[in-house]
Amino acid sequence: MVERTPILNFFTHLILFAGFVFCIAPFVIVAIAASHNLKDVNDVPMSLLPGSDFFVNIKTAWTTADLGPKLFNSFVMAAGVAAGKVIISALTAFSIVYFRYPGRMLIFWLIFVTLMLPLEVRIVPTYAVVANVLSPYQAIMDVTGISWLIEKIFGVQVQLSLGLLNSYTGLIMPLIATATGTFLYRQFFLTVPDELTEAARMDGAGALRFFIDILLPLSRNNMAALGTIMFLWAWNQYLWPLLITTDQSHATAVTELKQLIPNVGGAPEWHIAMAGTLIVMLPPLIVVVLMQRWFVRGLIATEK
Amino acid sequence: MEKRVTFGRWTIGILFAVPQLILIFTFFYWPAGQAVYWSLTLQQPWGGGNIWVGLENFRSILANADYWNSITTSLVFAGISTGLAMTIALVLATLTDRQLAGSRLYRVVLIWPYGIAAPALALAFRFILAPEAGFMAFANQFWPGFWDPGLDGADAMASIILAFSWKYVGYNFIFFLAALQAIPRSLIEAAAMDGSGVVRRFRDIQFPLITPTIFFLLVINITESFQDSFGIVDIMTAGGPANATNLMVYKIYSDGFRGLDYSGAAAQSIILMLLIVALTIVQFRFIERRVHYR
Repeated sequence: MVERTPILNFFTHLILFAGFVFCIAPFVIVAIAASHNLKDVNDVPMSLLPGSDFFVNIKTAWTTADLGPKLFNSFVMAAGVAAGKVIISALTAFSIVYFRYPGRMLIFWLIFVTLMLPLEVRIVPTYAVVANVLSPYQAIMDVTGISWLIEKIFGVQVQLSLGLLNSYTGLIMPLIATATGTFLYRQFFLTVPDELTEAARMDGAGALRFFIDILLPLSRNNMAALGTIMFLWAWNQYLWPLLITTDQSHATAVTELKQLIPNVGGAPEWHIAMAGTLIVMLPPLIVVVLMQRWFVRGLIATEK
Repeated sequence: MEKRVTFGRWTIGILFAVPQLILIFTFFYWPAGQAVYWSLTLQQPWGGGNIWVGLENFRSILANADYWNSITTSLVFAGISTGLAMTIALVLATLTDRQLAGSRLYRVVLIWPYGIAAPALALAFRFILAPEAGFMAFANQFWPGFWDPGLDGADAMASIILAFSWKYVGYNFIFFLAALQAIPRSLIEAAAMDGSGVVRRFRDIQFPLITPTIFFLLVINITESFQDSFGIVDIMTAGGPANATNLMVYKIYSDGFRGLDYSGAAAQSIILMLLIVALTIVQFRFIERRVHYR
């Protein structure tokens, strides 16, 4: 605040408070609706005083959508993507920054391009690849004549096949195959002083030792930020899990929400739907609240 | 920027990059190539491989009125929701940056919506905006037929725009606030000493200095409105009524997986890819220029 502006200050508070209400209201309405019974939730207008059926509704939503195992699936997927990203991006960034080899710039650009095309736009062919993850290699061997060669020499026909539909691997892997984290690490590695590397080498440390004992401990902040962002991002994925989990046992909590939409003909069970929404909203919200610092930092760092 | 000190054994170096290279080859480059291949061929109905049809798939979708409808709805959606989310966020961020009492609370709370999954918030908004229960029903009591997203395309569009903007206000807010706080305090104070008021300082100092962020967010918001909208559309409107909210990604999904028209869906994917790549190139050019200016 630079000068005294009482009228402006009043309006500042007013507008900020309106924004606050705008952000909070949906959460509050969901929570209140989740506490009503069938009649109260359909009252027009709905009472803004909480009802008494909160825990009953939570329980009903939990069993209707079978949320226990689904939340577990969501958690496995989100944690898997976060861990995979944190590890694989660190390895790649280390390779790009700390080594000089032919084709290094090519690798850099190959990874860079993946930033441009989100999974959503190449969803159909990615699905085909995950249905048989070895199909690219099969096709390459067919085209280059290696399959033909193997068939001639060993007399076996090459049929590579490994389906990843309805598996955690299939859920997780395609979500890791982007460049977001790599550049976050790269920026950070470039700021690590060269003297540190020189000193480590003088003490006889090789590349692997330097990476594990010096570089990784230094990148702890980056890992926390990247891990938080990726966890939330993966938890909130919808289209991809929806496609590849044709079997209920691997569905995630977010895709299960669809089960809770009241049918056109049936009873408008909005109180159950809102209870389910609340359950699914809560884990990412807790992560945002607890990891706020890393979340903001990761958001700003990964996007730029 | 390059490192002066590096490690000599470059075979090890390549090994470090191998996991990611395998991943992006299998799950990125191959599918992207496959999409191009499918878009140029047509699958035969009873097996027997694909036949080459050149640009026929593109010609047929570009001649399809439904496809043009999905492009227009996507652009309307992108335009309005981006404008709404960015304007609200900019106002809130500028006011929070004045650092009056309580601004820390706003900094914490306004970010929350961005953490929520699109389908979850979509279900919440579906209830809040439901025509027969909740709050819009109240309006319908006074003006019957005033609001019904299930029948009126404009209402449905307004619902998904509201849900999407709600999520992205928080996102834009973070970036605007970070950009505003990066402006040296002394600049603002000097301007105030020269007698400029709050509005004048915003127009002549803060706004010009955050234009890079504005452009950056513009591109991100538009690309996200193409992708992140899927969950919102699927839960709230399922593309209806009468295709009024059939956005591009939703159409790719329904053509490819419900209609099993892989070639048509692939051709649509290619067009969407080109659109997003073009936007990204604009963004990178801009960011490069900004780095140069610093």
